[in-house]
Amino acid sequence: MDILKNFPNSGNKDTRSGFGAGVAEAGRRDSEVVAFCADLTGSLKLDEFQKENPDKFFECGIQEANMVDAAAGISLCGKIPFIGSFANFVTSRVYDQIRQCVAYAGTNVKIGASHAGITLGEDGATHQVMEDIGMMRMLPNMTVLNPCDYNQTKAATIAAAKYNGPVYIRFGRPSVPNFTPADAEFEIGKAIKMVEGSDVTIFATGHLVWEAINAAQVLSDEGISAEVIDIATIKPLDTEAVLASISKTGAAVTAEEHLIAGGLGELISGVIARSGSLYPMEFVAVDDKFGQSGTPARLMKEYGLDCEHIVAAAKKALSRK
Amino acid sequence: MANIDTLNSIASQVRRDIIRMVSKAGSGHPGGSMSSTDFITALFFDKMKHSPENWSRNGKGNDMFFLSIGHVSPLFYSILSRSGYFPIDEMATFREYGSRLQGHPCTEKGLPGVYMPSGSLGQGLSVACGAALGKRIDKENNFVYVLIGDGETQEGQIWEAALFAAHHKIDNLIAMTDWNGQQIDGSTDSVMNLGDLEAKWKSFGWEVIVADGHNMEEILATFDAAKAASGKGKPIMILFRTDMGHGVDFMSGTHKWHGKAPSAEQAAEALKQLPETLGDFKI
Repeated sequence: MDILKNFPNSGNKDTRSGFGAGVAEAGRRDSEVVAFCADLTGSLKLDEFQKENPDKFFECGIQEANMVDAAAGISLCGKIPFIGSFANFVTSRVYDQIRQCVAYAGTNVKIGASHAGITLGEDGATHQVMEDIGMMRMLPNMTVLNPCDYNQTKAATIAAAKYNGPVYIRFGRPSVPNFTPADAEFEIGKAIKMVEGSDVTIFATGHLVWEAINAAQVLSDEGISAEVIDIATIKPLDTEAVLASISKTGAAVTAEEHLIAGGLGELISGVIARSGSLYPMEFVAVDDKFGQSGTPARLMKEYGLDCEHIVAAAKKALSRK
Repeated sequence: MANIDTLNSIASQVRRDIIRMVSKAGSGHPGGSMSSTDFITALFFDKMKHSPENWSRNGKGNDMFFLSIGHVSPLFYSILSRSGYFPIDEMATFREYGSRLQGHPCTEKGLPGVYMPSGSLGQGLSVACGAALGKRIDKENNFVYVLIGDGETQEGQIWEAALFAAHHKIDNLIAMTDWNGQQIDGSTDSVMNLGDLEAKWKSFGWEVIVADGHNMEEILATFDAAKAASGKGKPIMILFRTDMGHGVDFMSGTHKWHGKAPSAEQAAEALKQLPETLGDFKI
């Protein structure tokens, strides 16, 4: 079966550009949208919004803590603030600010987290945050989005602007295939079935969705029918879709550019544990270590996050049925 | 303008409320609450534009007040209830299970007058900067006030906000520092010397006013001066010189009452020094 033909790549693009385009579009649709950036306007692709809304864009310099709380403050006045920085600088560095004035306060702040995960590549471990999903999903009131390509990131950003409440949006730096439809509306809290299958389910998120689709093709060529579900919303998790799929296929693989601790795999294993049924499950994620410099492709391979590792994990899960 | 005697008598009741709340709860922070009492009383009962009965969290059409030092919640709750934001008898629930009057202020339980949770220090000045920018975008001609502590200025984020406010010319912002010179572990001089606070804020590009935080006449004049200095491209900082625990002789001027509740006997002794002017809340 030719699975890949259903996912034509309209040209490689970085997901951070989807965020920038999404914020600009959200600004055109709603005059209350404002943006803050901490000396990374170009990296976050916020230039377009800044150019169109010079009075609603606030450069913060290199001070992320102030940025988070200033955004929380302006949100009280009915504004819809997007803030942007690298994923580690808008999570671990400012966790207390997010906890008190965004999550606990329930303020309408949208946190744009770029350069997430190991695919940041050459910058190395100080910048490759792989704990952010865990940190953000632990916070009550926080919605956590991890879209998979340019189009989906743009749509998720526009959806975040419309949603009332704190949202964390995670995306990355490398150019990756852009394979979801340009006109698809993003529905927060809905898992997206990318490939229908019957033997094993691959729950993937972010950059790993493309790897999972490719893995489904490889498995299909070997006679294994894999279902691929894009968990674009980590929180609230579409538990119904997760259980429906896993009870059909009877085995699960999770794939994410994140540590096992706090990640999608742990999240779904918890859903399974509470479901009353037992299913074999394998984790494609990083196990309790930091990253290092290298090309994104090399790192994905070395850290076990690519198509090949998903295929192996799927076969292992199947063998444990 | 409110009568100075009237404001002083309200301040006496506020200090009574602080002592009674903390004493009843058996915990809380009376020292800083009492050092900030006089100027926050002047602000809420005379100088600030607000609508206690029709409070809305978006602050539209009103001045907004942010409390960055969330631990002085007894002061905040007394001031809010005495201003009419909620019934005064609710003060009796301070720090109790299910109360809207949590140990540190929160928004989750919907207490009118609280715009933002506080407790983790260093954040309120940044929040106030954001709210002031919101009012600027909306072309609103109202002020944003924020109270920070002198010990709190040891937090690096305060100086991030100091740079940010000056850079973005946030001139509808009036910040106040309770400069009582004390913090939990001792005097600010001994714990982490703040140096010349006035020079520091000036060098960051702020308009700075130093005032006696216990002289009602001077406090009122200071707020007038601060308002007159607004709209000129600079954020404003009022450094109020105060004594921690002011109003009760055995609590005054020491860090020892920063976060300690008086015993029943000590509370009774303290209340003797603070005339009941507006009627105590029921316990």
